Amino acid sequence: MAASAGAETSRGKCAAHAIAVIAIVVGLPLWWKTTETYRASLPYSSINELDSLSLLLTVPVEIVFAKGVLSVEQLRKMPSSDVLDRSSKLNLAKTTYLRRYEIKYRRATPQEEEALGGPSLQGCDEALYQLDRGTQGSLTVYVIPESSALLPQGIGVSIGKHRTAVMESQHLPSLRVEAVLGVVNKKVEQIVQVMSFNDDVIMAALSDRIPVGQFTKDAYADSRRAFKSSPGYEITFSLLNPDPKSHDVHWNIQGAVDGYVQPFLDKLAPVANVSVDSQILYYAVLGVTPRFDKASSSYILNAYSLPHVINPIEARLGSSAASLYPVLNFLLYVPEYSHSPLYIKNHDGSSVVTNAFHSPRWGGIMVYNVDYSEEQERVLPVRVDIDMVKVMEVFLTQLRLLFGISKVLTPADFHMESPGDEGLSDWELDRLLWTRTVENIATVTTTLTSLAQLLDQIGNIVINDSVASEVYRAVAAVQVAVSHLESGMLEFAFQASKEAITSSEKAFFDPSLLHLLYFPDDQKFAIYIPLFLPMAVPILLSLLKTAKEYKQRRKEATKED
Amino acid sequence: MADLVLLLVLFVCGLGVRGTGPATSAPAQTDFDDQLEEELLITPLSPGDIAATFQFRSRWDWEMQQQRVSHYRLFPKVLGQVISKFSVRELHLSFTQGFWRSRAWGQPFLGAPAGAELWVWFQDSVTDVDKAWKELSNILSGIFCASLNFIDSTNTVTPTASFKPVGLANGTEHRLLRYAILPREIVCTENLTPWKKLLPCGSKAGLASLLKAERLFHSSYHSQAVHIRPICRDDECLRFSWELRQTLTVVFDVFSGGQGKRDWSLFKMFSRTVTEACPLALKSNIYVDITSLDQNKELFEITPASVYQYSTVFQGDQKTYGVYDLLNPQLFNTSRSLNIILKWKQPHQNIKPRPPILHAERYVSGYGLQTGEINTVIYNTHPKRAFPVMLVETVPWYLRLYIHTLTITTKGKDNKPSYILYKPAKDRQHPHLLEMLIQLPASSATKITIQFERALLKWTEYPPDPNHGFYVSPSVLSALVPSTVQEQHDDMEDSPLFTTLFPSSDGSSYFVRLYTEPLLVNLPTPDFSMPYNVICLTCTVVAVGYGSFYNLLTRTFQVVEESATSGLVKHLANVIRKLRGVPAL
Repeated sequence: MAASAGAETSRGKCAAHAIAVIAIVVGLPLWWKTTETYRASLPYSSINELDSLSLLLTVPVEIVFAKGVLSVEQLRKMPSSDVLDRSSKLNLAKTTYLRRYEIKYRRATPQEEEALGGPSLQGCDEALYQLDRGTQGSLTVYVIPESSALLPQGIGVSIGKHRTAVMESQHLPSLRVEAVLGVVNKKVEQIVQVMSFNDDVIMAALSDRIPVGQFTKDAYADSRRAFKSSPGYEITFSLLNPDPKSHDVHWNIQGAVDGYVQPFLDKLAPVANVSVDSQILYYAVLGVTPRFDKASSSYILNAYSLPHVINPIEARLGSSAASLYPVLNFLLYVPEYSHSPLYIKNHDGSSVVTNAFHSPRWGGIMVYNVDYSEEQERVLPVRVDIDMVKVMEVFLTQLRLLFGISKVLTPADFHMESPGDEGLSDWELDRLLWTRTVENIATVTTTLTSLAQLLDQIGNIVINDSVASEVYRAVAAVQVAVSHLESGMLEFAFQASKEAITSSEKAFFDPSLLHLLYFPDDQKFAIYIPLFLPMAVPILLSLLKTAKEYKQRRKEATKED
Repeated sequence: MADLVLLLVLFVCGLGVRGTGPATSAPAQTDFDDQLEEELLITPLSPGDIAATFQFRSRWDWEMQQQRVSHYRLFPKVLGQVISKFSVRELHLSFTQGFWRSRAWGQPFLGAPAGAELWVWFQDSVTDVDKAWKELSNILSGIFCASLNFIDSTNTVTPTASFKPVGLANGTEHRLLRYAILPREIVCTENLTPWKKLLPCGSKAGLASLLKAERLFHSSYHSQAVHIRPICRDDECLRFSWELRQTLTVVFDVFSGGQGKRDWSLFKMFSRTVTEACPLALKSNIYVDITSLDQNKELFEITPASVYQYSTVFQGDQKTYGVYDLLNPQLFNTSRSLNIILKWKQPHQNIKPRPPILHAERYVSGYGLQTGEINTVIYNTHPKRAFPVMLVETVPWYLRLYIHTLTITTKGKDNKPSYILYKPAKDRQHPHLLEMLIQLPASSATKITIQFERALLKWTEYPPDPNHGFYVSPSVLSALVPSTVQEQHDDMEDSPLFTTLFPSSDGSSYFVRLYTEPLLVNLPTPDFSMPYNVICLTCTVVAVGYGSFYNLLTRTFQVVEESATSGLVKHLANVIRKLRGVPAL
């Protein structure tokens, strides 16, 4: 009887143990597997590496010595190349960058000598461009003797329209080679900072990663004014005619766009594709009533009231239906008959010469006053033909600012060739590419790190394969961009950074990330309680009991010993 | 079969040709390549109701393919971008609140179904029409602040015979057509504001200054629409222009709003008066329907009297309109604003209006939540002439149509449709599409019935407030209705706008598109806490089963010896035994 009872008890125990084992080994993983969300694996470690960004920007520079600059002895001793590393003022915990100039020294070829011997700077610039068009990001500096008549009096350096600069040498033949290089390199560094980038520009481009307050004021203003880097933009010219009863306004926008804007945009094509359109809006009024100034019998718009001008107009501008690119608005405002002429006044009370202003990352507004003097008798509506040259001058300047092509501060003895019809010289484009590339890389790294952080924090978000592949692509592209920057291949670096930004944005804004919104764990468990509690209690109790018995038996065993 | 096809072809061609009608030469009055016309038509309906129809028409001579840069003046930029981005050939969008009671009010100038309706013809260069359609409806929903983003494959159809292009079209490949109705859409101010923003003068000047939302939506019927189509630029029709028509129809109930008086004025209707024409408009007219004035002269008087009158045959009837040309400065000479006032001279007489030649009604019959029946009754009140009508039914997939129960009876006899197309629904993918060409005999009522079964939806597929019911979009009737009066041909550019959207191909008939009522059908709706209950119940059942199973497996059963029981239990048992009268243990 006792034996059979003992057998029965042990059978019961075994059954309890078996059930506990099955529940834990099979049940729990099964439940876990069937209720988990799909999360593709992401390259967290690479993203972490990107979080601390160290950039090395390499500028390939060629220094060409014309005949008569150096003695034969100096030329013989001259090294063929040199690498200059310059660390920056910027030294943050997670962001560092280093400038490197890869300098090649050589003698001028006979063709180049001929070009440099030309009478005019422009001719020389063009001739040198014909000889070597240069690759994006690279620069060539020609050193010519003091005796040359190419540069005018008082000008030491001339920066051409393309990727070349001409500098005058000073008393070089008498110096030792090292000293020569020291003098030349110093000057060349100055030139390169003008033609490609300097610390401030890069700082502004990295603004996403740098806390506010570490900027110089100018760079900060520049970075806030320019549009964020984007693969495309839309430019909308709007003519605002608030008073169609008095003004019958005509503008030849097609001609103006073809003549002034399109060459500039064609030049800019490597950076972004830009589409242009225009519209005329009637009865669109400013949000503020201008003040009448008796002295000049004109109406005044004060600088401090300008922020209130844009909002009411913006409602009329309409959004773009064609694309999701940022829109640059350029408004030409023809004031009402009863408010003419209208002038914008600065903070100090002086009137603004162009009668225009721009709004950072939004666009520009120009007030165009109708000239009534020609009309003998005023029959309303007055026909107004807008002088598009005057208007486009202003808008193009604003366009350059909004694209981040700012005026470069140069030393006094620098001379700059005017950019010509396109309104943009090659090196200005390069400068833009440098900053855009760095900016793209900075944006991608912040986007990826915040995405990774978000996905890490909220475990319920489904990560699709498509999102994961975009993340992988972005990481790869940004690594490629960084390595291309290190080897000085600006064009490829920019392309890669553009790819990276598209992929990272696509991943970040993928709608599938939102499918399963946050579903709290406590609620999930509340639903399962009716199953879990009755199942878990007997299993746990039997396990406890077994443990107790086991302990007791061991105690008894030691006692017996 | 042969004459069936012929009839169909005739029908289709009839509709196709009519689009070319309005495309006659425009007088070259400006050096711009676009022009604007505006018009308001006021029609007294059955006693007490009054309809005001605004039309704004922009014409734009623009070849889409040639220029990359687009410069807009009167044509709204946003719609121009939509046309060029999605290669749209024709676009018709309407938002309607209320139902046009065609039996009492007569034929509408431009019919529209309750809710939102969108139909688009794409150009043949579009390869993936469905994708373009989806993106287009999303963009439009952004532009007009409407829920057009709910248009998907479950409510989109491609009719084959109806909805032919209204404008210039050389091909009528119906794969380029998409059509959808959202009967649930509610129209309000937020749809009106973007619509007004498309007008060059906004609501600042011209007739649009009358459009005040608080009055417009305090009405029996409100319908606003946008129609874009290509039209011929000149008589030769070698090049085309784009035409944008913005129409807005509103019906006021003056009788109940005006303390039982039927007098109306512009101010009473819109709480505004007209002060000027839009300075950009080439034409700016107000037409007042004074047809009934001719028959009994003493009925009412209108002040100020119109300068001239215009007579035309419209929708098969001889009509007379008083015309106010806002561009005529004399109109504003005496007073600064124009307020047209109508005063009735005689007290209210209850005259029953003559119902229009073609009208229809629709209803659901049956009881219970399993099956039902859709009934459509189409009336032809013409005393002598029969004519065919094209009927399009779009029924959502969750009503499973039994196509074998389709019966069409006229005057007690079976009426066989001469053309029938039925595309069955696919669950969660396509709706049912039923297109029929039905001959309506003179002075007859034709009843079309079809039975359906209500499907059970998944619990996530129910919309909010599912007990409100599910809308079934109205069916669409298109017909060439024989005219009672012979129509004469005018120069299209000079005639009022309201006559030129669907001009008749010949004088003997006119085109009518009519929408029936939307239906509201109840589907079996579950209790929505069901999933949680199911989970809990299942868990409990599993747990109970598991518990007894566990007990059975792990418990050991033994005979308990007496001594094992404690004294307390024994004592308790003895007390009970004593009560029961059984000897103690």
